[in-house]
Amino acid sequence: MSVLVFVEHHGNELQTGSLGVLAKAATLGDVSAVLIGGGVKALAPAAARYGAAKVHIAEDDSLEPPLPQPRVDVLAKIVEDGGYDTVLFANSVLAADIAAGLAARLDAGLNWDLIDVESRDGTLVGKRPALQDSVLIDVGWKATPRLGLFRAGSFDATPKETGQAEIVDVSADYEEHSRSAKVVDREQEQSSGPSIEDADVIVAGGRGLGAPENFTLAEELARALGGAVGATRAVVDAGWYPYSAQIGQTGKVVSPKLYVALGISGAIQHKVGMQSSENIVAINKDANAPIFEFSDLGVVGDLNKILPKLTEAVKAKKGS
Amino acid sequence: MKIAVCVKHVPEGQSRLDPASKRLDRSGEGALNHFDANAVEEALRLKGESDTEVVVVSLGPAKAADSLRKALAMGADRAVLVSDDGAVGSDLVATSKALAKALERESADLVLFGQQASDGDGAVLWAAVAERLHRPVVSQVTELTLQDGSLRVKRQTEFGYDVIEAPLPAVIAVSDAINEPRYPSLKGIMGAKKKPFETLSLADIGVDAGEAGEAGSKTEVLALGEPPSRGDARKIEDDGSAAQQIFDFLAEKRLV
Ligand SMILES: Cc1cc2nc3c(=O)[nH]c(=O)nc-3n(C[C@H](O)[C@H](O)[C@H](O)COP(=O)(O)OP(=O)(O)OC[C@H]3O[C@@H](n4cnc5c(N)ncnc54)[C@H](O)[C@@H]3O)c2cc1C
Ligand SMILES: Nc1ncnc2c1ncn2[C@@H]1O[C@H](COP(=O)(O)O)[C@@H](O)[C@H]1O
Repeated sequence: MSVLVFVEHHGNELQTGSLGVLAKAATLGDVSAVLIGGGVKALAPAAARYGAAKVHIAEDDSLEPPLPQPRVDVLAKIVEDGGYDTVLFANSVLAADIAAGLAARLDAGLNWDLIDVESRDGTLVGKRPALQDSVLIDVGWKATPRLGLFRAGSFDATPKETGQAEIVDVSADYEEHSRSAKVVDREQEQSSGPSIEDADVIVAGGRGLGAPENFTLAEELARALGGAVGATRAVVDAGWYPYSAQIGQTGKVVSPKLYVALGISGAIQHKVGMQSSENIVAINKDANAPIFEFSDLGVVGDLNKILPKLTEAVKAKKGS
Repeated sequence: MKIAVCVKHVPEGQSRLDPASKRLDRSGEGALNHFDANAVEEALRLKGESDTEVVVVSLGPAKAADSLRKALAMGADRAVLVSDDGAVGSDLVATSKALAKALERESADLVLFGQQASDGDGAVLWAAVAERLHRPVVSQVTELTLQDGSLRVKRQTEFGYDVIEAPLPAVIAVSDAINEPRYPSLKGIMGAKKKPFETLSLADIGVDAGEAGEAGSKTEVLALGEPPSRGDARKIEDDGSAAQQIFDFLAEKRLV
């Protein structure tokens, strides 16, 4: 098996998710990494420590903005020239769009949301939770190249002390449509206030809070419990709460002692950020909401009725 | 201007995989994927009072007509359903090929997608379709503005927000926070019945049998298993005592 792993970077840091996939891939066979952007050559030694025997470098400042389509051009060239039979990605907003674009370009099969992969007598088999994680399925590829996209946090990776990799420069020709989108502005996260990653208790609010001002309900309960406030992407994107509080695939991953989910449906992308919490309590008025599948205590009801009473009870206990 | 919106008809309620075919059981009731209502709404918002045409496009079983009708009732102008037994079991490669073919016939200035299909949770199809159409693509879009021949969007990534500009024609996938989809009015529902509705086979859009369905797919489901269980999940209905019950739970776990 000859495996290529797309290693994502931000600034001059390689993303831990892709390094985990790289380390996993190194257990399957020969593994190469690909780094694309400005200043990436300097990051190659780090990729080598996670198991890459070869690092393909597409060093180009104009490729630094995180856009998927020029990266499809680069990957397609490497796969075709290098004869790779497997290309793996750690999920991210960027990586998912690259993987799907590459699948179309190469007419290749893409299995997504994988949490593991193994070689069974030389055949690659992926493990994937499906239908809101209600079943775990084994998935395969009927042809090569095989493309796989791993769920965030699938593998932990520890670097080796040393690692040597052969460096190969790549230059690709770009399709016209690949280079027509331009990033014109980037608003980076400014973290403000105490970090939710360190909190023992998180009270998180979703769209079910109904309006931005109702976040005070979550804040009051959080204060009474001595915890922090979290949010779903839906409410962050809608401008109800700051991005620094977002939990999930594109936000923070947390594992507090207590996670209270208020008006949150429990989409997979939210779940991956909070499922390892010790105790999960959810209030949702929809009895079929997926959040109930992974809550220790699920309450079907209207948060507007339940929360004030709950906050009072917690405060009363504290005062006693 | 013309805007095409890709919408999916998804099973309603608790979905299951059929142990025999290892595919999603689509025999029960279905509905418009709720994430796609945001894409339809965005198209209608962009249309406003202009003479823009909004066409909704779906690949799916005959029953997917219900979801397209719902989009028409919301205000879309025309519907195209690609429905063919040969498309059953299509994976990403096969679905993107058929959808791209259907979209090529429309040559819309803007193709909109929802944020994800609630049954498959792929959140990937647009990138494959855009590649086949040779168009720029941006996903997870929370704000979209059109200005003579190009668009400007804002989207969230793991590191904050990017503002991206791209020329039309383009492919955009919108986030579920971009807008609040309208409910179809009674007038809209009545009017939808009279709007143009085209049903096409794979042959009609120029897709060969070998390129669709299982034959055209490059991935397969090998086996179904059980997920690890999360222990003793408890679910209660609020009868007025829920606050007390939550409090008791917290006390029992020594969290208060
Ligand atoms: C690539 C990608 C990345 C993503 N990353 C993230 C991420 O990092 N984090 C994240 O959270 N999401 C993420 N998402 C989005 C995710 O798929 C969901 O869209 C989002 O989590 C939904 O947020 P929500 O639960 O607040 O809203 P909804 O899904 O709209 O749920 C609101 C819930 O509130 C309930 N409700 C309404 N009123 C009441 C009431 N009065 N009382 C009680 N309950 C009520 C409703 O029944 C419903 O279940 C991502 C999606 C994609 C495609
Ligand atoms: N069969 C289909 N027909 C038309 N559009 C679809 C279909 N499947 C998915 N889509 C669109 O693609 C988006 C993402 O789907 P997915 O990548 O499958 O999660 C959905 O929100 C829809 O806009």
